[in-house]
Amino acid sequence: MTVAADASEQESWFHRNQQSIAPWLFLAPGLLFFMVYVIIPVFQSFNLSLYEWDGLGAAEYVGFSNYEDLYWEWVDRDAFYISMKNNLIWLILYLAAIPAGLFIALFLNQTVWGIRLYKSLFFFPFVISQVVVGLVFTWFYDPTFGLLNEFLGFFGLGPVNVLGDERFVTYGIIFAGLWPQTAYCMILYLTGLNAVDPEQIEAGRLDGAKGWKMLWHIIIPQLRPATFIAFVVTIIGALRSFDLISIMTQGGPFGSSRVLAYYMFEVALSEYGFRMGYGAAIAVILFLIMLCFIAYFLWSMYREEKGH
Amino acid sequence: MFPKPIEKQPRAAQITYQAMLPLALLLWLGPLLAVALFSVKPAADFTNANYWGMPSSFEGAFNYGQVFFNSDMPRYLLNSFMITVPTVIGAVALSCMTGFALGIYKFKSNLWIFFMFVAGNFVPFQILMVPVRDLTLQLGLYNTKTGLVLFHIAFQTGFCTLFMRNFIRALPFELIEAARVEGISEWRIFWYVVLPLMKPAIAALSVLIFTFIWNDYFWAVVLTQGAESQPVTAGITSFNAQYRAAYQLMSAGSIVAALPPVAMFFLMQKHFIAGLTLGAVK
Repeated sequence: MTVAADASEQESWFHRNQQSIAPWLFLAPGLLFFMVYVIIPVFQSFNLSLYEWDGLGAAEYVGFSNYEDLYWEWVDRDAFYISMKNNLIWLILYLAAIPAGLFIALFLNQTVWGIRLYKSLFFFPFVISQVVVGLVFTWFYDPTFGLLNEFLGFFGLGPVNVLGDERFVTYGIIFAGLWPQTAYCMILYLTGLNAVDPEQIEAGRLDGAKGWKMLWHIIIPQLRPATFIAFVVTIIGALRSFDLISIMTQGGPFGSSRVLAYYMFEVALSEYGFRMGYGAAIAVILFLIMLCFIAYFLWSMYREEKGH
Repeated sequence: MFPKPIEKQPRAAQITYQAMLPLALLLWLGPLLAVALFSVKPAADFTNANYWGMPSSFEGAFNYGQVFFNSDMPRYLLNSFMITVPTVIGAVALSCMTGFALGIYKFKSNLWIFFMFVAGNFVPFQILMVPVRDLTLQLGLYNTKTGLVLFHIAFQTGFCTLFMRNFIRALPFELIEAARVEGISEWRIFWYVVLPLMKPAIAALSVLIFTFIWNDYFWAVVLTQGAESQPVTAGITSFNAQYRAAYQLMSAGSIVAALPPVAMFFLMQKHFIAGLTLGAVK
């Protein structure tokens, strides 16, 4: 056999099987990166949560004792319990961004001079880094000069030290987070409103639907895709909340504004010591909570795919 | 259109609406306007407790000059660009290919691989934190821009694949079939037929990823430490420690840090919104 014949045979083999090989060649680089940096680390974290490890020395297998520690802290109403509770508060209150976004979108859904500029300026908070948002709101809440206290003083109330008070701190941070998130939901709804069928509105008008009735029975059902995406991004955003807490309070005062995402970071990578395994156990719990939502999202997507 | 078009309302309602728009905007952007006001005030205004009044003198040029010539800010900005731009290129390039593979070909595990990308894109960062940090350390890339770029490319590929695959699905499939009948190789179909059609998607993703990466804070803190490799989001916190009471400098610094994504958004608004609202209209 000559080398040339071999090559042409290979060539034709590749040619014949092109359709089945090509997708894997296209997938290879992206898949490799994603595997190494995302998929495998998830499993590594699961494994790591069974070890006691300071990040440097040898890791010691401890079984489920990291989880047991977390559980007992919970019973003690300690850090883990507070973080869980705050995560729940975030999850519920963050959803306010959805109706708030819809409200602003409806307000801006007119055709008057300059409205396009208004729409983009309203979207502004989302484009800015959460770090900057956090700084801005820290000043807004500042007990000595913050605008909030100036405002409260106007009504003879206050002063309130929002970020220094265990009762208010989490709500204060969530409020700051709602600002960009509402802007995001607003854009989703503005786009959705653009696609609302005018004939259905006309038909609704003929049937005597107005205002709330029109909104509830005709507009909102048509905004379903936008609402779905708003839910996805808001829930993920609520569970991922980290930047604002890190910037505004670093979990304080006395750990009262921690969430799981921040607590994990604190345990694994800060002056409290490098308890990698313990941190991984917290991350696993956060991941399992998130997984409920991820599974639901994927299931919805799957139904949609099959529907096509 | 809903609610009732304002043009069909009585004159009074129209005027009220027009008047309410700027008021609402002022309220909405109040916190930012306050920062803008802070950034042009002289330091003396803060020691004299003139926080919210008019600046006693306009010191904008001086304050911004301080930020640009007398702090680490330019370096952080440069770092941010050097992290963001390669990430955008890398993630978009990889996801053009994965999106093409998942959008065009029918093979058994297609949907599962697609779902893996989508699911991976939603995981909390904390579950990746320790292994990714460890991997970066082992590769000798801890505290380097390259370390951040590699991770960001990998992670963003999840979202970008979702986007690209759905975009490619909506393209007319006949084009590809026609090309196959002509005997054109799969790579050339990707390069000459599909890629040109993907331009709007590439533009949308580029602006979006630019903003995401520019604004990233968590990974910057986890994978870098010093001024030589930290992006501006992490930099601004050290800036904060340094100029704690110098509100005028902090404000100017924050505005400078926020500007590039804002500029990007205004220049590429149409694409940006197209990217964000993917799937929001059916």
